[in-house]
Amino acid sequence: MKILRDTLDKFEPLFTKGGKLEKLYPVYEAADTFLYTPGHRTASGPSVRDGIDLKRMMIMVVIALVPATLFGMWNVGFQHLRATQDWNLAPTAAPFFECLLYGAIKFIPVYAVTIVAGGTAEAIFSILRKHEINEGFLVTSLLFPLTLPPDIPLWQVAVGIIFGVVIGKEIFGGTGMNILNPALTARIFLYFAYPVDISGDRVWVSGSGSGEWIDGATGATPLAFFYSNGNAPEAMAAADSLSIGWFDAFMGWIPGSMGETSTLMCLLGAGILIFSKVGSWRIMAGCGLGMLAFTLLLNFVAFAAGLGADHYTAVSPAWHFVIGSFAFGSIFMATDPVSAAQTNTGRWIYGFMIGALTILVRVLNPAYPAGIMLAIVFMNVFAPLIDHYVMKANIRRREVRLGLQ
Amino acid sequence: MDKATRGILLDPLHEQNPITLQVLGICSALAVTTKLETAFVMSAALTFVLVCSNTTISLLRNKIPGSIRIITQLAIIASLVIVADQVLKAFLFDTSKALSVFVGLIITNCIVMGRAEAFAMANPPMASALDGFANSMGYSVVLIYVALFRELLGSGKVLGSPVFASVSDGGWYVPNGLMVLSPGAFFLIGLLIWVQRSMTPTLQEAD
Repeated sequence: MKILRDTLDKFEPLFTKGGKLEKLYPVYEAADTFLYTPGHRTASGPSVRDGIDLKRMMIMVVIALVPATLFGMWNVGFQHLRATQDWNLAPTAAPFFECLLYGAIKFIPVYAVTIVAGGTAEAIFSILRKHEINEGFLVTSLLFPLTLPPDIPLWQVAVGIIFGVVIGKEIFGGTGMNILNPALTARIFLYFAYPVDISGDRVWVSGSGSGEWIDGATGATPLAFFYSNGNAPEAMAAADSLSIGWFDAFMGWIPGSMGETSTLMCLLGAGILIFSKVGSWRIMAGCGLGMLAFTLLLNFVAFAAGLGADHYTAVSPAWHFVIGSFAFGSIFMATDPVSAAQTNTGRWIYGFMIGALTILVRVLNPAYPAGIMLAIVFMNVFAPLIDHYVMKANIRRREVRLGLQ
Repeated sequence: MDKATRGILLDPLHEQNPITLQVLGICSALAVTTKLETAFVMSAALTFVLVCSNTTISLLRNKIPGSIRIITQLAIIASLVIVADQVLKAFLFDTSKALSVFVGLIITNCIVMGRAEAFAMANPPMASALDGFANSMGYSVVLIYVALFRELLGSGKVLGSPVFASVSDGGWYVPNGLMVLSPGAFFLIGLLIWVQRSMTPTLQEAD
């Protein structure tokens, strides 16, 4: 390890002020601080000694994403195997390593393209704007591929992540200044720019275009199914093509994006984020509450208006919880520390609104069957406003207490 | 050309551009720019209305009572817009249909009212006509830039003829659906504003 440190130290003068490669300092700095704890200290008081910095924080998010990523890779292989060989294949009977390998072959190129294309865009801006290359991108670059379908063309991945990094983040001044979540900005760009490759029934299981699919196989996600057939376990059981139960959806062995299908793995990630205090449990709980409240409202409307148990509005909160990336979005996307609300009360409001809006878009908007992506970005825009009013209210409360008002 | 005339003619193209600096006329810049052809026709219609309204209002400027000037200006602009709309309907019916209400909405285009109020009411007819023309050009340049990229990226065509062969016709280009939607125009205008202010830092507002 000493050799590594010595090598870094040897090259440092090249990059510091006056050195030959002075302009490339952010690149050197990124490599150095990625490997070692930064040596610089707070120059003036007050200073707090704490081992955690942005880099350690972002690493925790990456660790929290590992279960979802690994499961996602396996699931890509499993879904492909199901669609091409035996539609009724049980998850436990599927050859584990074969599935994982197939998924890895699909996932890793997408991830690599994300890193290279997005990383290049980030590095160019760091050099021009003279700010650090930030580990924030490490999280963005892992989140983004997890939200994509397995067969997405790689050039779209590159275009998407460059758009996300430049328009979603660098325009506003880089990490910490962005209003929107960059990974979601990238995905929304792809969703609107190239809808054929990222929506509909055909894209969620790998290999749909190859003609290898057996009869009866379908790539429809439960969300898409509910969307076109209305509620339900009953309707679902009746349709042979899509025999997915609540437990399947909860475990995540269903068609979907590469890393978001498993609610269980997302909850595992949530545990890591909450335990390490990196992710806000208030936002996650707020999302859940908002979803629950709005779904119950819709269920009540469905009941009161006599729409019947098979209407889309009658889908239960339990189902909404496990489909359409709800868990993935509210645990990993909504809690992004930069674009979320910063005050504790604000976090509750922000989370609640995301949950409610998700269901609003999902159920009541005929154009967009998936709601969580749009809901989070929409509330990202409102987060500073929520914080502003929360702080105003706090100030007023204290003034009243002191008799100033 | 003296310095003042030069300023009247050139400022609206860059340093006082109605769309990118004053952020006026955005509505039509988003609505009619999916195709280059509609952008051209829209630019022509606006140029006609703006030059004529500026000239007329400038001619009448000493006769218009201050208390009812907005109504008078509106009456003049509205008459001109109706003329433009009818001419388009008579001679360019298809394009006129594609533009739908947006020709009629020139009445509410902030650039027309803005120039009438800010320039024509206080300057002689010749200068006002020039000012109207220059501002129309400032508007048209942005409109045509946005429409060119939206048509090219959104459907791989320029003025209706294919430049990038699209996938549906057996080519290689996958049309970008975002460019066909209004947000596409927002991004393009935003990027133009970014480029313009980076090149001319004096245009940047203080934080």
